[in-house]
Amino acid sequence: MPRGTVRIDEERCKGCGLCIAACPQQVLGFSGELNHSGYNVVHMERPSACVGCAFCAMTCPDIAIEVYRQKVPAQS
Amino acid sequence: MQVETADMVKVFSRPQSLTAAKSTYCPGCHHGILTRIIGKTIDELGIAERTVCIAPVGCSVFAYNWYRCDAIQAAHGRASAVATGVKRADPNLIVFAYQGDGDFASIGTAESIHAANRGENITVIFVNNQVYGMTGGEMAPTSLVHQKTTTTPAGRDPAQVGYPIRFSEMIAQLDAPTYITRQALFDTRRILDTEEAIKKAFENQVNEKGYSLVEVLSTCPTNWRMSPIASNKHVADVVTEVFPLGDLVDRR
Ligand SMILES: Cc1ncc(C[n+]2csc(CCOP(=O)(O)OP(=O)(O)O)c2C)c(N)n1
Ligand code: SF4
Ligand code: SF4
Repeated sequence: MPRGTVRIDEERCKGCGLCIAACPQQVLGFSGELNHSGYNVVHMERPSACVGCAFCAMTCPDIAIEVYRQKVPAQS
Repeated sequence: MQVETADMVKVFSRPQSLTAAKSTYCPGCHHGILTRIIGKTIDELGIAERTVCIAPVGCSVFAYNWYRCDAIQAAHGRASAVATGVKRADPNLIVFAYQGDGDFASIGTAESIHAANRGENITVIFVNNQVYGMTGGEMAPTSLVHQKTTTTPAGRDPAQVGYPIRFSEMIAQLDAPTYITRQALFDTRRILDTEEAIKKAFENQVNEKGYSLVEVLSTCPTNWRMSPIASNKHVADVVTEVFPLGDLVDRR
């Protein structure tokens, strides 16, 4: 299981690519699929590398990205 | 492909203070990042019920559609004056003016300076993208020397049209303002810095500390004719040389 993952709202994505550049793990890339507005939307190319840092989501001007992270096991 | 999230926690989502409306900004435009940051700030301070957005004229003219709060769209350049009126009519309201550089530092020069000089207890977000974005990329007072715009096709010539105006530095000469800072959004660290500055600027108003101004160096990939990524690099390498980042006044 990856440490984190993202959900991209494809209809909000405008394909600007800022998230691709912001991701320290090179998780994201252009999918080549166009949404209804004609934008080449972003998807996860290497989902297993995601750490759930949310850099991509912070950078997204269209708030198209939600980020999930593994629950940290309770310390005993 | 999607990863199963049943065992995960959601750590980032759309701020509750924003509507579901899709933005009208161009791909990669920083106006959108700022919208999220303001929404997040309103969430964190729990002030949505008493916040009023004063929208400008410019690409952010539709700002009243983005936030789940009341809003007024002001005449071009007059957002700080309208904010003054709303705040004085009901000081319990949290009033923020969101203004581009054409709006705030050109047509609204008088209203912007005098609201600051009176120390109005308002929050002003000043979006400096060095052009008039909405109308097609004309020169703004903030345009850089030699910057090509649709009204300076050969580049801005200071002998003809003056130098880029550092409006925040001018306002920082006044005695009344409480907090004046210049921030940027070209990388994750600056985005976090801007989040902190905007939160401070709203907190000042909640705590009745007076006038706060957050200038944000922003991009206009469309009119700069640069990709969003090249635009970020341009802000980092070139624009910050003319408009240095950091706090100019902090009298809290
Ligand atoms: C009184 C008046 N004069 C001129 C205009 C035309 N106009 C619309 S937006 C704009 C400039 C906006 O530039 P800026 O404030 O920098 O915002 P941006 O679009 O770049 O975000 C101008 C001159 C207008 N709408 N009203
Ligand atoms: S959460 Fe972090 S690691 Fe995962 S895609 Fe976004 S930027 Fe990359
Ligand atoms: S014209 Fe420029 S400032 Fe306006 S939405 Fe497009 S990129 Fe943003």
